[in-house]
Amino acid sequence: MFPLPLEGIRVTDFTNVYAGPYATMILADFGAEVIRVESLHYFPSATRGYAPRPSPELMATGSRVVVAYADRTPGARPWNRHAMFNCHARNKLSMTVDVRRPEGKEVVRRLVQCSDVVVDNFSAEVMDRMGLSYAVLRSWKSDIIVMTMPAFGLSGPYKTTQAFGIGVEGLCGFTAVRGYADDVERLQVPSVVHMDTASGPGAAFVLLTALHYRDRTGEGQFIEFAQSENMLPHLGEFFLDAQMNQRDACPMGNHHPRMAPHNVYPCAGKGTWVTIAVADDTEWQRLCEALGQPDWAMHERFLTIAGRLQHQDELDQALANWTLQLTPTEVAHHLQAHGVASGPVLSAAAAYTDPHLQARGFFTRVMHPDAGTHDYPGVLWHMSHTPASIRRPACCLGEHNAYVYGELLGYSPTEIAQLKRGRHIGDTYAEAQPE
Amino acid sequence: MSSNSLPPQALDDLLVLDLTHYISGPYCTKLLADHGARVIKIERPDGGDPCRRLGPFPDDVPHPEKSGLFLHLNTNKESVTLNLKLLRGRQLFMRLVAKADVVVENFHPRVMTALGLDYPCLRPVNTRLLMTSISNFGQTGPYRDWHAQDLTLYGMGGEMYTSGAAGREPLKQAHNLTLYQGGAVAATAIMVGLRGVRRHGVGQYIDVSLFETQAGSIDRRMTSLVAYQYTGDNPGTGDALPVGILPSGIFRCQDGHVDIRCTMRWWPRLVAMMEMLELNDDPRFSTEEARLNPVNRAPFLQIFHAWLQRHTRQEIVRKAQKVRLPGTAVNTPAQVLDDPHFVERGAFVSVAHPLAGTWKLPGAPARPSVTPWQIRRPAPLLGQDTERVLHELLCLSDTELHELRQVGVIA
Repeated sequence: MFPLPLEGIRVTDFTNVYAGPYATMILADFGAEVIRVESLHYFPSATRGYAPRPSPELMATGSRVVVAYADRTPGARPWNRHAMFNCHARNKLSMTVDVRRPEGKEVVRRLVQCSDVVVDNFSAEVMDRMGLSYAVLRSWKSDIIVMTMPAFGLSGPYKTTQAFGIGVEGLCGFTAVRGYADDVERLQVPSVVHMDTASGPGAAFVLLTALHYRDRTGEGQFIEFAQSENMLPHLGEFFLDAQMNQRDACPMGNHHPRMAPHNVYPCAGKGTWVTIAVADDTEWQRLCEALGQPDWAMHERFLTIAGRLQHQDELDQALANWTLQLTPTEVAHHLQAHGVASGPVLSAAAAYTDPHLQARGFFTRVMHPDAGTHDYPGVLWHMSHTPASIRRPACCLGEHNAYVYGELLGYSPTEIAQLKRGRHIGDTYAEAQPE
Repeated sequence: MSSNSLPPQALDDLLVLDLTHYISGPYCTKLLADHGARVIKIERPDGGDPCRRLGPFPDDVPHPEKSGLFLHLNTNKESVTLNLKLLRGRQLFMRLVAKADVVVENFHPRVMTALGLDYPCLRPVNTRLLMTSISNFGQTGPYRDWHAQDLTLYGMGGEMYTSGAAGREPLKQAHNLTLYQGGAVAATAIMVGLRGVRRHGVGQYIDVSLFETQAGSIDRRMTSLVAYQYTGDNPGTGDALPVGILPSGIFRCQDGHVDIRCTMRWWPRLVAMMEMLELNDDPRFSTEEARLNPVNRAPFLQIFHAWLQRHTRQEIVRKAQKVRLPGTAVNTPAQVLDDPHFVERGAFVSVAHPLAGTWKLPGAPARPSVTPWQIRRPAPLLGQDTERVLHELLCLSDTELHELRQVGVIA
């Protein structure tokens, strides 16, 4: 049995919300020591919940992600009990310090000096204004690898543009190509985004290439990771089609320019759905066999992809008449047995009971000191000789102050007591202190 | 320009044997190649990567060397034809494996085993080898042999179930995003594995399941999964309930659409953007309690819509950004190509291809200061590097190469 591949790498982690934390999650999962640098005086937006102590009014909105505390109850330390944080903070450590004050900056200096990587996903140049520019960090440790993750990069007209992932996506073309075909007012565009998901491995990948180069040459470097530009390649064919054929993609619901049938179909049971995607004419033949070769399907207009694309609405209606009689699992299993790409659209609850995810060991039961015991989604891939897992639950605020200050950074008990009195070290947000 | 004058690249010490095809595998190996790895794309002699036959094509005229998707996904790679169905082809492959750092494939599971080229066969030839398989559902499990497209994977793995309007069917994202995501995860997995090789001197096998990369995606699949565990909430389509009157979504304006996201704390910025301070005196909007009351939403949105209709996209974005409210324009792909920001950033790079011509491809996904992303060569013609690579790496003579071509091992 070997240690995890990234063991021995230490990351000073200033990231918040999703994109940065997802990247550092991947590193932590595979053995890196990721130390979140948090402050008792700064509650980052949309990270450990939406407010340190959510008001009864906020909880009453019932707004799904906002109220997702363990048992729907904020509890004594709500910042340790929120789903949006606890889903990605596993395997990470948390320390607290107020970087704005000189003794706090000194703490960060010591931490950087024993780190390999510093990463943030603040807006452009926030780290510079905090006195933590690349030049400064490099003066502390000459081979440090520093990555910043601004939405639009460190230059250009959008450098200081404020946006969440969905807003960045919209500028990058992702929103324009998504939506119901009949929703011309764009009122019903879902807000689930691709950007944070893409930024995770994108950023982790380039960080690891820099570590690879440092291991070869001893040289560190600075990485500007513009999240918008990381995503543009994922729309590659759209940009080529716009150039090659002046064709500008528009929303087409769940249809596909080259495949039919290709849609989401309603099943027996309210709010249940199945996908069917037929890539070519031979797969269409297999679908016909699976359906028992009904008359409507055997019509010659459906024999070729051109015909199926042209008569797609009729095709969808006929298929829906069939799927409405069955559950998504029944449809999927039957079609897959005939070699047709079909699968249930899984709700969160259904994902937990999915036989394949279960068999693959994708979920892990974890006991969290403040949130209780639950099943969490696991690591992103399997490795034959260094399998990874959830080794620690999501870190509580300041949970690892004793380790970081005492063991790692060499502060004495007197100094630690002083830093506690100065409200650098602690486990409760200053604005959340009970009166 | 000699290669000595180009900056170094992080991965230029790596040799990758690339058996992948279509999108997820080639995107993984493109990431490696674009950061300097030597990626030898091994294609079947009859037609090569099926992606060559996928558009878009210039003027919609199909041509195996002019697929826009192929041009984009296969930058910096060398192409070697090799018929792995023939014993001699597999033997040559094994000799290449002995020299390689990484092998990547994305066939249906069992194909490599059927060819006698799975990890147990490759490991004895090269104990430091890192082999990565990308597949729809992984190498094990009840769905291992299931068929899947991007739609299937997003529906089963991703956060599709809640994506869409209340009462309507769930909605997919732009097609192929799950395949790009899987490729990016696989490339990351390879870099993780390579550090393990550096530290312990021993390779291993990596199994990437696109289904699981979706189930483990963030924003918001993992949040939804854990939220379900924490609260029992298992919602369907219909976005998160709006928070009181605060506008959050896509809105039509005078000349197109904008995206505005206003959280509870940013009411003052919203008022400042609209330049309507009188809203603070309106009892329907003047207190946090009033602003959180859903009853006041419709009246506020009426005022908001009217304001939007009086302004263009660029005006709204300028006003929003001035008060630091998240407001952005919605661009089509064509508008992205011409957007002054991306033009100034050089976010697209013109790449000349000997047969397909010159096209703008998405550029650097990240900018490392010392080892930048580079396009050193365009996507390869089918088998263009076969002789050179086999001569260079396996010392095959012209006579041997001629013979291999005769019997169909190479094209």
